[in-house]
Amino acid sequence: MNPRTISRPVRVAAALGVVVLVAAGCTSNTPEAEGSTSSDSQRAGSNNDEPGDKVTIGFSGPAADHGWLGAINSAAQAEAKKFSDVDFKAAEGTNDASQQIAQVETFINDKVDAIVLLPTDGAALTEVATKAMNAGIIVVNVDREFSTPFAARTTVLGDNYGMGVSAGTYACKLVNDKKISNPVIAEIAGIDALPLTQDRSKGFADALKACNQTVDNRVAAEFTVESGEKVASNLLQAAPKIDIIWNHDDDQGVGVMAAFDNAKRSEFAFIGGAGSANAMRWIKEGKMEATVLYPPTQAADGVRLARLLAQDKSMSDLVQVAIPRRIVLDAPVVTKENVEEYLPLGFES
Amino acid sequence: MSVETPRTSEEPVGTQEMAAPAATAGSGPSALSRLAGSSATRNLGLVIALVILCVVGLATAGERFGSIDNALTILRLAAVVGVVSIGMTFVICGGGIDLSVGAIVALSSVWATTLATQTLAADIHWIVMVFTALLVGGACGLVNGVLVAYGKVAPFIATLAMLASARGLAELIAQRRTQIVRDRSFIDFFGGSVLGIPVLVIIFAIVAALGWVLLNRTTFGRRTLAIGGNPEAARLAGIKVERQTAYLYVLLGLACGLAAVMLMARTTTGTSTHGGLLELDTIAAAVIGGTLLSGGRGTIVGTVLGVLIFTTLTNVFTLNNVDTSTQNVAKGVVIVAAVLLQQRLAARRRST
Repeated sequence: MNPRTISRPVRVAAALGVVVLVAAGCTSNTPEAEGSTSSDSQRAGSNNDEPGDKVTIGFSGPAADHGWLGAINSAAQAEAKKFSDVDFKAAEGTNDASQQIAQVETFINDKVDAIVLLPTDGAALTEVATKAMNAGIIVVNVDREFSTPFAARTTVLGDNYGMGVSAGTYACKLVNDKKISNPVIAEIAGIDALPLTQDRSKGFADALKACNQTVDNRVAAEFTVESGEKVASNLLQAAPKIDIIWNHDDDQGVGVMAAFDNAKRSEFAFIGGAGSANAMRWIKEGKMEATVLYPPTQAADGVRLARLLAQDKSMSDLVQVAIPRRIVLDAPVVTKENVEEYLPLGFES
Repeated sequence: MSVETPRTSEEPVGTQEMAAPAATAGSGPSALSRLAGSSATRNLGLVIALVILCVVGLATAGERFGSIDNALTILRLAAVVGVVSIGMTFVICGGGIDLSVGAIVALSSVWATTLATQTLAADIHWIVMVFTALLVGGACGLVNGVLVAYGKVAPFIATLAMLASARGLAELIAQRRTQIVRDRSFIDFFGGSVLGIPVLVIIFAIVAALGWVLLNRTTFGRRTLAIGGNPEAARLAGIKVERQTAYLYVLLGLACGLAAVMLMARTTTGTSTHGGLLELDTIAAAVIGGTLLSGGRGTIVGTVLGVLIFTTLTNVFTLNNVDTSTQNVAKGVVIVAAVLLQQRLAARRRST
């Protein structure tokens, strides 16, 4: 090859390389101090937290490509660290079901005492979870449910349907309190193909029925900021005047809020979902009416339960000796009144 | 491949003839006019499709669709995809493909919104963020271009590798968090409007105009079509095929950097999830616009129309409160219908 044909691009490349190296200083991203994700304020007194038998807990969850999932992982890690008797093995987060199956198989081979599993897809992980149970390992299923009850000893779930109900009930309250006649109610859903989105929407619609209302405009985003902005700006065109908007997910909510600002619209009550720290700050500032919590501490609760199960302990606040089979977490509404109380639970997205 | 024709001319005059060497072999000016005619009718087909969409929009949503506000919303939404699609048109015309555009947009947006960049921008000027995004985009494009042109890696593979690693790097830098742009003057500038036209739309218009001139009125454009149509013939005509190819990817990388800036202004954030499936949207827009996937032919006007058709389609659906599943089905139908309409019109023009 003629040396001249290559020399110029190479020179350009070298020059660019130097600039990029200088710019590389710009990747530093030291975050500000993070709030702790757990409050120990109102826990019942018992000796459950005192060190017991040494237990090994394996944890596997989806890739943390979303603020809420990131919070799930870090809360589980933080919870496990609190106990000196827990040997916590966290597998690398993955969105590939077959890779997650391999991770669970590794846990089985390692003969861990318990596995806390947030499946990428509940149905796809059911088989291997059943295998773990048959091998005598306690499986705690988190958030996305297996397709058979034999695959897990205990299941910890967020309440997606309940989230919709909470949002709808709150919307009804707004309609009644403000005496809005013929309110325009809009919904910005997450990924429509997911059962969790369908549950949330059903809950919302069912709760709205209580005050004889329906969703007038509905769009679906993809849990990302970009998609939230996109669908919200179209939605604002579709409805020139809106009274109440429920957005399923606070991660995409950042984009939704940007669309509101771009269009300079704020005539409506904006209700969020999931409970990110951003949303809670907006509530404090008065930019957002409320957000419905979907607790990012499910896996942390899963770790706690797995430890109790492995140590054969019971839940101190229940009369029943055995740990319950199924725990569905509440979906409370965070408003200006109680935002201070929930702010420590808000996750950075 | 016949190489006789180009060898006669020493200077790189890659004319339209070179754009489709196989078709024009032996036939002179009539072939040239036929080609120009077919490109115009192709665009006519797209215009008809767009007009039909607008009529449907007006009929079903009336004033809400027809308002200036709504038109600006459509254009603003089209702007980000549009800028990248124009860069994509160049790469495809040059016989390549780039699957990494979405990932490059994500990386650029993240790099330009890190705490360090934003602090630097706060000290100097928000233009620092713009330069960072363009630099990162351009550098990614350069890597793609060098790999494809000099490393002889298939474009599909080289850019697939970039897709994976750029998004991964974006996640590493952002720690999978959404980074909020704190500089209000940055957002006010790009989010604002001049004489009632949003700045984002103006940027899109400028990029489209520059792209049109570059492709149709400069030797750079002729060389692009030449290397896409027949790289061997182009080489024999004295065009430095490798260098030209590398330039095209850098150009697209810069477009991605610019799109990242626009997205940062629109969403007020930089995150590793930006630009999801952007590669599909941009390739679809270019191909619907009449750009040959095999290279050698393409029009900027067609690409712009392609982007507008997609954006208007989504807008009309949302105005009518259509659910997403139905939207997706209809989108597929519209894509096929638009392309068939184009082909029909082009065939009719050819037979008359």
